[in-house]
Amino acid sequence: MRAFTYERATSPVQAAAAAAANPDAKFIAGGTNLLDLMKLEIETPAHLIDVNGLGLDTIEATSEGGLRIGALVRNTDLAADERVRRDYGVLSRAILAGASGQLRNRATTAGNLLQRTRCPYFYDTAQPCNKRQPGSGCSAIGGFSRQLGIVGTSEACIATNPSDMAVAMRVLDATVETVKPDATTRRIPVAEFHRLPGDTPQIETVLERGEFITAVTLPAPVGGKHLYRKVRDRASYAFALVSVAAVIQQDGTGRIAVGGVAHKPWRVEAAESELPRGAKVAAERLLAGATPTHENAFKVPLVERTLGSVLDEARS
Amino acid sequence: MPILHDLELNRRDLMVGGGTLAALTAVPAVVQAQPSPAGAPALTKVSLTVNGQSHDLEIDIRTTLLDALRERLHLTGSKKGCDHGQCGACTVLIDGRRVNSCLTLAIMNEGMEITTIEGLGTPENLHPMQEAFIKHDGYQCGYCTPGQICSGVAVLGEIKAGIPSHVTPDLTQPVTLSDAEIRERMSGNICRCGAYSNIVEAMTEVAGRQG
Ligand SMILES: Cc1cc2nc3c(=O)[nH]c(=O)nc-3n(C[C@H](O)[C@H](O)[C@H](O)COP(=O)(O)OP(=O)(O)OC[C@H]3O[C@@H](n4cnc5c(N)ncnc54)[C@H](O)[C@@H]3O)c2cc1C
Ligand code: SF4
Ligand code: FES
Ligand code: FES
Repeated sequence: MRAFTYERATSPVQAAAAAAANPDAKFIAGGTNLLDLMKLEIETPAHLIDVNGLGLDTIEATSEGGLRIGALVRNTDLAADERVRRDYGVLSRAILAGASGQLRNRATTAGNLLQRTRCPYFYDTAQPCNKRQPGSGCSAIGGFSRQLGIVGTSEACIATNPSDMAVAMRVLDATVETVKPDATTRRIPVAEFHRLPGDTPQIETVLERGEFITAVTLPAPVGGKHLYRKVRDRASYAFALVSVAAVIQQDGTGRIAVGGVAHKPWRVEAAESELPRGAKVAAERLLAGATPTHENAFKVPLVERTLGSVLDEARS
Repeated sequence: MPILHDLELNRRDLMVGGGTLAALTAVPAVVQAQPSPAGAPALTKVSLTVNGQSHDLEIDIRTTLLDALRERLHLTGSKKGCDHGQCGACTVLIDGRRVNSCLTLAIMNEGMEITTIEGLGTPENLHPMQEAFIKHDGYQCGYCTPGQICSGVAVLGEIKAGIPSHVTPDLTQPVTLSDAEIRERMSGNICRCGAYSNIVEAMTEVAGRQG
């Protein structure tokens, strides 16, 4: 791990200003992703801004009938919240399908959204990787790509976003609230929060330098059956090969987002209008233009079958 | 046993002594340069409360809680399996919740109550979970065991507190104890010896006794 200096943030704006003042600074929340990457010297911040003392750890009702989730609410507490379990079950389910009890106890809402890819070459500092070292090339294209992306990929990067929580946030139309170093705030729909890799895969979100996440809000509940199905190499404690987050209404209409296939949670609203016609048609629409590698071509039928199974469960 | 214990302590003190010396030579550089130049290791004072006892340490800021516990406080019960959050051998309780001590900095845990396996029970006064692990053969080599036991204690607390898991059938109903619940919740603790089924038995017995 490279040496760094450390400070405890005193307010969200102060944290944002401190981060903007030092290009090599990073916020640290749960630390479960950042410290992992720092040990491997994939992340090499020269300064850490510990945001754990800022509070931001409550879940409150909004005047629109939804919930405002503080950026530092731990994944365990978010998944266990009575209101989330009752009205946003897909979110509880997605969080509980990820990581381990120990990790979820520390992982935060903001940190989870910002966790970095699990592409094996991103983790191997001896290999070229455009995301880790812009311009060095992508080892995954033509390499070991079984876990990687099939849609929205680019010639520079085919990595996936590994977050389960983010897939549920996307299906729920969540909004990310931030504060900038100049104390202005903004609200970013989660749909626009994560970027596709394009030719700058190192830039993963639309956050600006120093911009600090204060909360994630959920709109008023939409009812329906909430399901999260995660397909992985073992039954627990593994990242998704493919996952489906779904909110399905009694009449068969609904919303779906897919994880494990793209650089961001993958949702195509046009595909949702096909849901009453079944998984095959909807999945075709969802994955239109997919460019899988020979190693991850299995994800195309896997998405369709996982979606089919989710729709069957919703009907039962 | 006391003789062996002393010998071991001496050996560790020797190693730590060497480490301290190396660290000390770095002090002037840090003190001279304010703020410390990029790349220079920065030392800091931390105060940790471990097993009810407060400790003041001077450490490199990079020190993880696990390394502080093992290398500085000589609480070597918590183990380093992977150092990356993947195995659970380093599991400790912080303010009553289980955490991977390898993925948190010591300095991030000031003011919190840290409990390690050494604080759960002692050979003379075992924690019920330690007793049950012995009775049910919940280990072979024992390397993962301190983490398993800390995790196991916390898991029973989580079930009691009604925190759901991936296998909880209905999120709107109270959580009930089952083998499936224990297995899922313990999946963050890997056992290379495969003592899993005996660990489930040990935990089930303790849960039963707690009622
Ligand atoms: C072994 C293992 C298995 C895992 N399995 C899964 C899995 O199956 N599914 C899954 O979804 N996840 C999984 N994870 C990842 C885990 O969910 C993340 O590590 C965690 O959610 C990150 O949250 P954190 O608070 O610890 O983030 P940190 O590590 O503290 O931070 C992550 C990033 O977010 C930034 N950040 C933090 N807070 C803010 C803020 N308020 N504003 C702006 N930036 C901020 C930090 O600067 C950093 O860049 C796994 C992790 C491990 C180690
Ligand atoms: S897919 Fe992206 S993260 Fe993986 S090697 Fe290529 S550039 Fe790096
Ligand atoms: S040593 Fe911490 S999880 Fe393996
Ligand atoms: S008892 Fe040997 S690793 Fe678990």
